[in-house]
Amino acid sequence: MSDIVLEGEHVSKKFKKGELYDSLRDLIPALTGKIFRKVRGHELNEKEFWALDDVSFHVRRGEAMGVIGPNGAGKSTLLKILSGIMKPTEGRFVVKGRLSALIEVGAGFHPDLTGRENVFLNGAILGMSRNEIKQKFDEIVHFSGLEEFIDTPVKRYSSGMYARLGFSVAAHINPDILLVDEVLSVGDWAFQQKCAEKMGQLMSSGATIIFISHNLRAVTNLCNRCLLLEKGKVVVTGPSEEVVKHYLDTASQTLVGASKNEVSISEVKILRDGVENSRFSAGDKIIVQVKVSSTIDCDDLALHVYLRDNNDYQVFHAYLELLQNGGFSLKKGETREFNVELSLHLAVGVYYLGVMVVNLHDVSKMHDHKFPLGKMYIEAHDAVRCVANLYPRIL
Amino acid sequence: MFSDHLRELIRSRELFLIIVWRDIKIKYKQSIMGFLWAIFMPIMIISAGILVKYAMSVVSGKPLVLSDVSTVSVKSLPWAFFVGSIRFATNSLLGNTNLVSKIHFPKEIFPIASVFSNLFDFVIAGVTLALILAIAGIGVSIYLLWVPVLLIILIVQMIGLGMLLSAASLFFRDVKYIVEVLLTFGIFFTPVFYEAEMLGRWSTAIMLNPVAPILEGLNACIVLHQGPDPVWIIYSAVVSCLVLGIGYPAFKKLEPLFAESI
Repeated sequence: MSDIVLEGEHVSKKFKKGELYDSLRDLIPALTGKIFRKVRGHELNEKEFWALDDVSFHVRRGEAMGVIGPNGAGKSTLLKILSGIMKPTEGRFVVKGRLSALIEVGAGFHPDLTGRENVFLNGAILGMSRNEIKQKFDEIVHFSGLEEFIDTPVKRYSSGMYARLGFSVAAHINPDILLVDEVLSVGDWAFQQKCAEKMGQLMSSGATIIFISHNLRAVTNLCNRCLLLEKGKVVVTGPSEEVVKHYLDTASQTLVGASKNEVSISEVKILRDGVENSRFSAGDKIIVQVKVSSTIDCDDLALHVYLRDNNDYQVFHAYLELLQNGGFSLKKGETREFNVELSLHLAVGVYYLGVMVVNLHDVSKMHDHKFPLGKMYIEAHDAVRCVANLYPRIL
Repeated sequence: MFSDHLRELIRSRELFLIIVWRDIKIKYKQSIMGFLWAIFMPIMIISAGILVKYAMSVVSGKPLVLSDVSTVSVKSLPWAFFVGSIRFATNSLLGNTNLVSKIHFPKEIFPIASVFSNLFDFVIAGVTLALILAIAGIGVSIYLLWVPVLLIILIVQMIGLGMLLSAASLFFRDVKYIVEVLLTFGIFFTPVFYEAEMLGRWSTAIMLNPVAPILEGLNACIVLHQGPDPVWIIYSAVVSCLVLGIGYPAFKKLEPLFAESI
C-alpha cells in the first residue's frame, strides 16, 4: 500500500552483554578469539542476546502507533534503529519522508550557551534550516513559556525548563514521521497537556507518530494502534485499548512467582453478600477474602490490598497492618484467612484488584504479590466519571 | 552509496556551520583571555623556537638573524593549528556522546567542525603574524600564491586523521592518551624549530612526516621567496588524500556502531 510510511520486516538487533574491549590492549586477544569461534546466522554465543527479535510492523500516514512494554523490552532500541542511529543485525525497514526522532529532549543543548543560542543549535541538529528556525523562533519560545529566560545560559535552567525548551524546539520541526521516546514524563502537568495537544495537532496535519511510553494513559489517548514488546519480541499489535489491556493482564503474571515463595497468597475471592461476583454498583460493600499460607515459620508479615484503574493508575492502596495494630505471623504449614471489607465509592469503570504480602518493616521486601486478581466492573447510573465517587447532589 | 554520504553531508552544511560556531563560541565564552587565546599557543611555540634557534646560533657561532625568527614563526603557526585540530577532533565524538548516541545526522560533522573551529584561531593568529612580518619588512613574492594550496593539503590531512582518530577513540579509550603523547613529542619529529636539511642524510626521513613538507614549503614561499619542493609537496598531497580516502569510508563504516560502543 502506498500510504505506508514506515515499515519494518523481521528487524532484529543483537547486543553483547558485559564489557566490550575498551582499550587497544584488550583487542588483540579478543580478535584471535574471534577467529576460532565464528557465529553465523540467527545464532548467539553465550555473551550475546537479542534486544530485538524478528520485529515486523507497518505504520500508515497520519497514524500514531504506541510502543509499550516492560523495561528492557527493546523499545528504545527500536527507536534508535528507526532513526538511523543503529543498524539492525538482521531484517530491513523502510522510512518514507522526513523523520525526526525525539529520543531525549534537549539532547545537544550546550550548558554554556543561552536559550536562544541553543534553540538554533538544537533546531539545526534536529534538521531545521536556519531560516526555518528564524521564522519559528518566536513561536518556539512562546510555546516553552521561557520568554524571560531566553538569554540566560541553559546551565542555570531548572530541569523542567530545560525539558520544556527542548520539547518546544522538537515540536516545531514539522516532520513527516516523529519518533517520541518518553518525553511527556517531563515538565509539569500543564506542560504535558500542551505537549499532548501539540502532538495531536501534528497528527491532524498528516504527521505520523511513533510514541514510546510507560504512561499507558497517554498512549491510549494519543495512539490508535499499539505494539507490545517483551524481551525483544512483538507480543501483540492492534487497537491501543486491547493491547494495553493485554499488557496489564500478562505483565502481572510475571510479577507472581507464587509457587516458589515460602509465604504465598493461596486464594483470593471477591464476595458480595457472601457470593463471588465481579459486577458491582457504586457504593456496594464487598469483602475481599485472602488466604495466605506459609511453608516456614514467619513473623512480621503485612497484607496490602490495592486497586488500579484501566490505565494502570493506582487508585487505592491499604496498609492493613495499620488497621490491626501490627503485622501477623504464620507457623509452618499454617493458612490464615483475611476478610477485608471495602466500600466501593468509585465511578463507573473497570478496576483491578491487587494483593501483596510484604515485610512489616520493609515494604520493598515482598513475600508474594498478585495482580490483577480479577476485574471489578463498577456500574452506576449517575453523573460521576473518572475514579472517585463523592455522590454529588444539588441542594 | 558513497555519493549518498556526501550528499547527506552537503545537506547538513547548516548544521556543520552551527557546530563550528558553537565550538568557537564556547571556547571564547567565560575565558580570561578572550581572543588572545588564539595567539597564546603560537606565541608559546614561537618563544620556544626562538630560544632553540638562539642556542643553535651560540653553538654554531652564527648570529641569530631576522629570517631565523620569521622561519620559526611561520612554521609554528601551522603546527599549532595541526596540534589543536587533531587534539580537538580526536575528542570530538567523545565530547558529544549525547548527540552521537541519540540523534541521527552525519557524525563526520564533528571532526570536520573541530578542524574548522581551529582554523578560526589559525586565521586570527595568521593575520597577526602577517602584520608583524610586513612591518618587519619581509617582502612579498609571487610564491605566496602557494600558501593557500599548502594549507588546503594540510586541512585535508587533518580532516582525514581527525575522522580516523575520533572514531578510534570511541572504541578504544586509550587512543586519546596515545594521541596526546604523539602531539606533545611530535614537534621533535617535525621540522618546526629546525630545518629538514640540517639533518643531512636523515632529512629524507624527516620529510616523510607528511606535515614536514607543508611547513618547509610555507617557509620557502613566505620567508625564502622561492617555490616549494614539488616532489615533496606532491608526496604530502598524496598522503593527505590517502588519509582522507581511507578515513572517511572507515568512519562511515563504523558510524552505525558508535551508539552501541559509547
